[in-house]
Parts: sequence; structure tokens; C-alpha cells
Amino acid sequence: MLEINNLHCQIEDKPILKGINLKINKGEIHAIMGPNGSGKSTLANVISGHEDYEVTKGSIYFKDQEINELSPEERAHEGVFLSFQYPVEIPGVTVTNFIKTAINESRKSKGQEEMPSSEMLKKIREKASLLEIDSNFLSRSLNQGFSGGEKKRNEIFQMAMMEPELAVLDETDSGLDIDALKIVANGVIKCSNENNSVLVITHYQRLLDYIVPDFVHIVMDGKVVMSGDKDLAKKIEEIGYDWLKKDNS
Amino acid sequence: MAYTEDELKKELETKEYEYGFYTDIDSETFPVGLNEDVVKAISKKKNEPKWMTDWRLDAFSTWKSMNEPEWSNLKYKKPNFQDISYYSAPKKKPSLNSLDEVDPELLKTFNKLGISLEEQKKLSGVAMDVVVDSVSVATTFKDTLEEKGIIFCSISDAIQNHPELVRKHLGTVVPKKDNYYAALNSAVFSDGSFCYIPKGVRCPMELSTYFRINQAGTGQFERTLVIADESSYVSYLEGCTAPSRDENQLHAAVVELIALDDAEIKYSTVQNWFPGDKNGKGGVFNFVTKRGICHNRSKISWTQVETGSAVTWKYPSCVLKGNNSIGEFYSIAVTNNFQQADTGTKMIHVGKNTKSTIISKGVSAGKSQNSYRGLVQISPLAKNARNFSQCDSLLMGNDCGAHTFPYIEVQNKTAQIEHEATTSKIGEDQIFYCNQRGIDTEKAIALIVNGFSKEVLNKLPMEFAVEAQKLLEISLEGSVG
Repeated sequence: MLEINNLHCQIEDKPILKGINLKINKGEIHAIMGPNGSGKSTLANVISGHEDYEVTKGSIYFKDQEINELSPEERAHEGVFLSFQYPVEIPGVTVTNFIKTAINESRKSKGQEEMPSSEMLKKIREKASLLEIDSNFLSRSLNQGFSGGEKKRNEIFQMAMMEPELAVLDETDSGLDIDALKIVANGVIKCSNENNSVLVITHYQRLLDYIVPDFVHIVMDGKVVMSGDKDLAKKIEEIGYDWLKKDNS
Repeated sequence: MAYTEDELKKELETKEYEYGFYTDIDSETFPVGLNEDVVKAISKKKNEPKWMTDWRLDAFSTWKSMNEPEWSNLKYKKPNFQDISYYSAPKKKPSLNSLDEVDPELLKTFNKLGISLEEQKKLSGVAMDVVVDSVSVATTFKDTLEEKGIIFCSISDAIQNHPELVRKHLGTVVPKKDNYYAALNSAVFSDGSFCYIPKGVRCPMELSTYFRINQAGTGQFERTLVIADESSYVSYLEGCTAPSRDENQLHAAVVELIALDDAEIKYSTVQNWFPGDKNGKGGVFNFVTKRGICHNRSKISWTQVETGSAVTWKYPSCVLKGNNSIGEFYSIAVTNNFQQADTGTKMIHVGKNTKSTIISKGVSAGKSQNSYRGLVQISPLAKNARNFSQCDSLLMGNDCGAHTFPYIEVQNKTAQIEHEATTSKIGEDQIFYCNQRGIDTEKAIALIVNGFSKEVLNKLPMEFAVEAQKLLEISLEGSVG
């Protein structure tokens, strides 16, 4: 699904990623953990094609196609989804209108007709109930005045609607209380199947109790310094990252 | 690829005026220049009665003694009023029986604009009084309106056929000497629309006029008079586009609305005149005076979507003379490249328990300057007057400007006035967010701007709202930075 080889990237001449290697197969859930400033969010942005991040070396393959040169919207059309750490507000544009536009733009790029309203409506209802979102919420302006939890729930709702092949969840657990965390995690689990993949980026092990990863990677200073299974995340939670620093130096 | 500021700037520069074409219709045009004889000649050409000629001459002598105002936040080269032709009419004036008789060149123009009469008639049930270069050439749905006693015709026809109504009301809301441009208009107006809704009648359809400026160097001076008699209702739509031109074109229209007791007038405008090219060359100068007067318990609602013109100077206003009357102003003004807009409203509260609402949305892009200028005036007699104003500005890029000049004058302590204002910028983070959801930058801008303008767009009649939305998209394509 996703294959990243020796990826280097910089922002305004400051190197951030210094040779990331990562391979995610269909149906797998991977987690990336790491201390602040290690490059986790940068990786999420680079995968989605944010143009502030300059790839200086290495390649990103998505479904066996190199996507380095694709624009963010082209990557989205291909099936890459990013759940934002800080979702932006768009006043006056309702959640419903936004997701409708997003879905239809993707369909248009594939030469498909717009989704009929009845089908859209049905899908919206179905996915909203999955995330325990009430219909009131759907007619509010996108992220405007949303609580932290509502913003994240809205991200996962969009993910559920767009049915991406690769979902990158950037710090989806931040700002969530435990109940909201469960709902969001549950939504992610219900959406994941053998045909798609999930990359969870997180600070804490907490989220991984609910979204259990097949693989855990530790990123420090722009590199994957260690990979393992879910027990690695637990170990990090207990003893922190310092031992890896020593190991690594 | 997704956007960078430079790429977008380039895209924006290459964006040409969509409706920039020129229709070759034979016109009868006066030589340039303005003096008393020209004013008389216009009046004679239109076969006007003496009172009308005198009215024009009086306005002309007033105008001569006035100076062009300079208080606006606009920078432009003042037009040379002696360099303009004050009359231009399509030569072959077709009879009004059917569209087949209309000059085919003209129909072609309408088709290019996507506003073919046939389609409009069929699809939206809109009756239109089409004004091309000052003279009405086709009027539809007249019969239906006549049945209800509604008069909807060109102002020239009204002067001929309903002189008592015109004489009684013309210049009562916007006096001849009101301001420089209104005085000029009063002297030389060539044509425009007239509408009268009788007592207790609810106009069954949206009344609509499409204006076009068509002759190089021809000023256009429209005059509109709408009278809603007691307990009547009318919704009036005005929409305009113009072909691109190198020299500046002057437009100085006057619109007067009269809402008698318990009447309601809804006046909507979509304005898309040639804004000038990317270097700020050409474009329409738009100096408009629009004002309505509300009698007891009546309501006037102005809605405008302004995307065109190089220079806009326009303040649709309400004089809330009657008790319990209501004035509303909903506006979206979009400026791009070198466009300048100084627009807003005046709400003059005179009667008791009068209420006004002002919602103004300004969108600036390129190197444009967009100013809101509004006056809320509560006179000593206006007990319990209320006003709510909201002025929001949206900026794109770093070279444009948004300005707000609210004037509030309260002379009665029972008044309640609220004023809210916000300024925001379309952010790269918003664009990236949309991009990541598969929405390209152009579409993202349209989405954000439409969201920003929603409160105003919602006030437009349905078919107009769609057109307005398209216009916003066209005007701002690629203009984020």
C-alpha cells in the first residue's frame, strides 16, 4: 500500500526527515510514536503532499505508484486521507456541504457522476450514527466553535465518508476525553478492513489500547530508530524515549 | 500541483473578463459633449412633455454649480464629462410583439451571456425589461402583469403613458440636487425602468431588468423608479454585465424606491461590469445613487452582489420615515486586481419603532481596495429605533486592502445600536485542508467565499443566487495568496 524509501525532507532549509523507511501493507495498522519535534507530523504532511515540505531525497510509493510529484488533491483522489491534528475552520460551509463537495470532487476526478443526493444522505446518516454524531452537528459550519473532541470526531466522520485506502491519523487522540477517545477509536476500527491501511501517529500509548497496531515504529530525529509490535508502545509508555536516545548515540 | 502564491498570481493575471466581447449593433449616437442643448435634444428625442424637459434643465443647471465629491476612499482619474456622448440607441428599434423581431445581433449577445430571453421566460417565469444601451428593446410578460394592474415598463414609456405617476414621484427620494452624480443623471438620463404595484397587489413574479453598456465612450445614465402602493409587494431583480473596453466607461444611475404604508419592496442586484484588466486599465466607473423611502409599517430590502466595475461608489439606503418601518441591506462586494469599491448603506431612522439590519461582506483580492461606508442615523423623533450592523472582510493575499467606515449618529436615547465587524484572511491551512480532501484550490476558494457570503446569498431569489455564486467563483478564480 505505502512504501517510503530513505525519505529526506526539509522545511525552509531545515532538515526534518533524515532517511525514513516505512512499508505498510494492505490491511495493516501501523503506529508511529516519538517525542516532540521528532518529525511525526512532518511525515503525515509529506505523505499528503503539503508543499511547504520539500522532499530532498527518497521516494514515496502509494499502490505501487510513485506519488512524490502528485498534488495533495491528486493524492486524496488516489485514496490518501489525513486526519488533521488541528482541523481548520471554514465559516459558513456546513459539515454536510463540505463532505459532499469532497466526495463529488473525488468522483469527478475519476470521471464518475456526482453521488445522487439520496445515496449521499443515506451514507451520511449511516456514518454519523457510527460515530454517534447527531444531525444537528452536520448543519454546523465546519469546525467553527467545535470542541476539541467534536473536531476529531468530525475528522473521523469524513474519513468514514471518503473510505480512503490509507488513513493517516495525526495525533487524533489529543484533546479527547476517554469517552470521545473510545468513540473515535471504535469508528476507526469499524472502518478498517483487509483492503485498507491505517497509520496512527501518536504521542501516547493510550489510543493504541483501542486501535491495536500490527506494528509500532519509533521515530527520533527524523529517522525510524526502532520497530516492533504493540508491546514496544507499552514499553515506551513505561520508560519513555531516553533509553533509545542512548542506544542511538 | 497545489498552489504557491506565485503560481496563483500568474493564474489570476491571465484570467480574462468572461463576458468581454462587443456586439456590433448599429447605433444612433450623439456627438460627445454636454450643454443645455444636449439636454434638450435628449428630451426631444424621447418626445417628452415640457415639464420633463424643464425638470432636466433644472437638474442640469444645479449640476453645473456642483463639484465632484472627493470624500470617498477611491483614487481614479475624474471623467471628462465633455468627452462623453449622452445618447445612444439601437437604430433598428424592434416592435415588442415577439423576440423574432429583435435584432439577431442582440439575441446573440444575450446568448453569449447565457441569459437568452426564451430560456429565461420558460425556466424562471421572470418578466424582463431589457435595456441595451439605454433604450428598452423587449418587454415580456406584460399581459400577466397588466391583468393585476401592475405597470412595468421603461421610464420613457412611463413618462408618455403614466405622466401623473412619474411626475408625482420622480425625484422625491433622490432629489435632483442630492449629489453630483444624481444631478447629472437627472439631467441626461436616457432610459431605465418604471414599476408600479397597485394597492394590495402582490406581484406574482420577480421583475427583472438586464442592463448592458455597449457603445464605446457612451455614458450610461439609467433611471429607475419603483412605487409599491399600500399593502403591495414586489421583488425586483437587476443584473448587469458589460463588454470589455479600453477607455473608462461612466455609469451614474439613480434608483428610487417608494414603499407606501404596509408595502414591501425587495430589490436585488447582481453587478458584473467590466472591472478593468489585470493592470487596472479600463473598466466601468460606477457612481450610483440608490435610495428608498419607507412609509408606515413598510419594508425595503436591498441585496447586492457587486463583483464588477473598476470603481464603485454606491450606497443603497433607506429612509425609514414611517413608524414601524424596516430597512435591510445585504451586500457582498468582491474586488480583484486594481478594482476599488467604496460601498455601503445609509439607514435614516425617522419614524418610531423603526428597525434596520446591515450585513456587509467584503472580499478583496489582488491589489484591490474594498471599503465599507455606512451611516446609521437615529433622529430625535425615532423612539425605540433599532439597528444591527455586521461588516465582515475577507482578504486574499498581501497586496489588497479592506476598510470599514461606520458612522453612527444617535439623537434619541431609546435607540439600540449594535455593530459587529470582523476581518479574516483565507489561509494556506484552509486551502491545504480542502486540497487534502480532494478539493482543488479553485474550488476551495469558491467554497470558502461562498461560505463567507452565505448570509447574503441566502437573501437572493433562487435563480439569482445561482448566478451570483457563479459570479463569485469567476471573479476570484486563483486569487488566494
